[in-house]
Amino acid sequence: MISDIVTIMWKEFRELLIQKPNFRGGWVGLLIFIAVFGILLPFQSGRAWVESPIGIVYWAWVPFMMVSTVIADSFAGERERHTLETLLASCLSDKAILYGKICAAITYGWGITLISLLLGLVTINLAYAQGGLLMYPLDIGLSILGASFLLAALAANLGVLISLQASTIRSAQQTLGVIALLPMILILLIPMLPSSLNMRMVTWIMTQNTSSLVYPIMALILVLDLILLAAAMGRFQRARLILD
Amino acid sequence: MNAIAIRTLNLSRTFGQVQAVDDLSLEVPTGSVFGFLGPNGAGKTTTIRLLLGLLEPTAGQAEVLGFDTYSQADQIRLQSGALLEHNGLYERLSAEDNLEFYGRVWHIPPTERQARKKAILSKMGLWERRKDLVGQWSRGMKQKLAVARALFHQPTLLFLDEPTAGLDPVAAAALREDLTALVEQEGITVFLTTHNLSEAEKLCHQVGVIRQGKLLTVGAPAELRSRTGANRCEVYGRGFNPEVIERLHSRPEVTQAKLVNQHLVIDLNGHTEIAGLVNWLVNAGVQVEEIRKSTASLEEVFLTLVEE
Repeated sequence: MISDIVTIMWKEFRELLIQKPNFRGGWVGLLIFIAVFGILLPFQSGRAWVESPIGIVYWAWVPFMMVSTVIADSFAGERERHTLETLLASCLSDKAILYGKICAAITYGWGITLISLLLGLVTINLAYAQGGLLMYPLDIGLSILGASFLLAALAANLGVLISLQASTIRSAQQTLGVIALLPMILILLIPMLPSSLNMRMVTWIMTQNTSSLVYPIMALILVLDLILLAAAMGRFQRARLILD
Repeated sequence: MNAIAIRTLNLSRTFGQVQAVDDLSLEVPTGSVFGFLGPNGAGKTTTIRLLLGLLEPTAGQAEVLGFDTYSQADQIRLQSGALLEHNGLYERLSAEDNLEFYGRVWHIPPTERQARKKAILSKMGLWERRKDLVGQWSRGMKQKLAVARALFHQPTLLFLDEPTAGLDPVAAAALREDLTALVEQEGITVFLTTHNLSEAEKLCHQVGVIRQGKLLTVGAPAELRSRTGANRCEVYGRGFNPEVIERLHSRPEVTQAKLVNQHLVIDLNGHTEIAGLVNWLVNAGVQVEEIRKSTASLEEVFLTLVEE
């Protein structure tokens, strides 16, 4: 099954990155993104780029966004371009097709995140290291790696579930876009809470160390990932996909 | 190897109130080309989906290559190739990449994949354009590539759902020639649905006619023509005046008589001997020069069955 998953990933990457009509646009867009997150923002932020725990939020958001841009296409795109039935009529197993699509999206989103992360580290060291080597503190570094992976997986699992049910790529993208906005809306609602409650929340957050705050959230996201993956597996039925 | 590649027994599938496939029982011998004919919405595509195990039957059962379509669909798909309603090609990939992908899907070793790609694309006349994006190709070329893809892993059974639909006559004829050659060389079983009756006549050893999910008849094209079609004779000569044609209509063995391109075409009831009729024509003043016995075309058989 591993080789079948790799085959699906090979096809997804081929379509995503090597497709000739968008070759320049696709690569140029990607390089601009990496340049912004790997050079421009670290250069502007200075040493805080590696030392501040706020970086965890950046690096959790980046893979979620990158995966969201490609995952909506996974099944809705195959359906819209009339390639899904032929794929389902092949000897690939249900799991290989589903996992292949999810792994391709995670690899894409998390891969770009890791490249930007490493480039950012190089930028910071070139610009701000005074003799020594600037590195992420261990707890922040681990949190960034873990949270970015789990958020990439969350976007992939959620996106694949939406894409399985959507009739067009656009409707899948719209649904995923609305869901991705929900955390933003919650953040915007925080200032509307009573000031005493706000104060208590801020105080509590400030008194926690990074790992005790981030790890439980990561555990929660992991549980969500597993629930969404199980739901996607339940939804993936050849007959249902064909009749949809 | 099984002597029967496809066997269905009272196979049925409903979608809500619609009976898409109704009590279908048929057998397709291994190594033959079976044509499944029927008007739009007759149940042809649903039958292919059922045979590939992509849909579950609501009643009955089917066995393909010795495997049950419900419980062993993976095995069927492993040994089958399919060109379905849509060609299923990835238009943002090159022709070579499309074959590469499906070669990997069927675990063909890399060196063999390369060799097969060259062989099949050359045979189809597509080798020079292998690096082009499929989206830039004509419909005929795409259809050829889709056939190549379906055959790429050398399946023992090939499903083709209206392979020449939407092609111009030249492209359709070229594709038919390629298909015939490939089927002869590979010796595989082909289950083909089509609207094109001359195509069915040229390609198929056996045809089945389906309407509203029900199988109306099965047999070799020639057998169907003689079994279902009218017994017909064409009379060449002179003296076919309207009065003779009028009197012909009143004869009990004649169902229809008409002048077509200066010769008389007479449809007869059942398998009537035409000697008596020839005598009658001569006595009526017709100068008979030549008589040809013929049967109705497959198209007429099809239309008769479907209209009934």
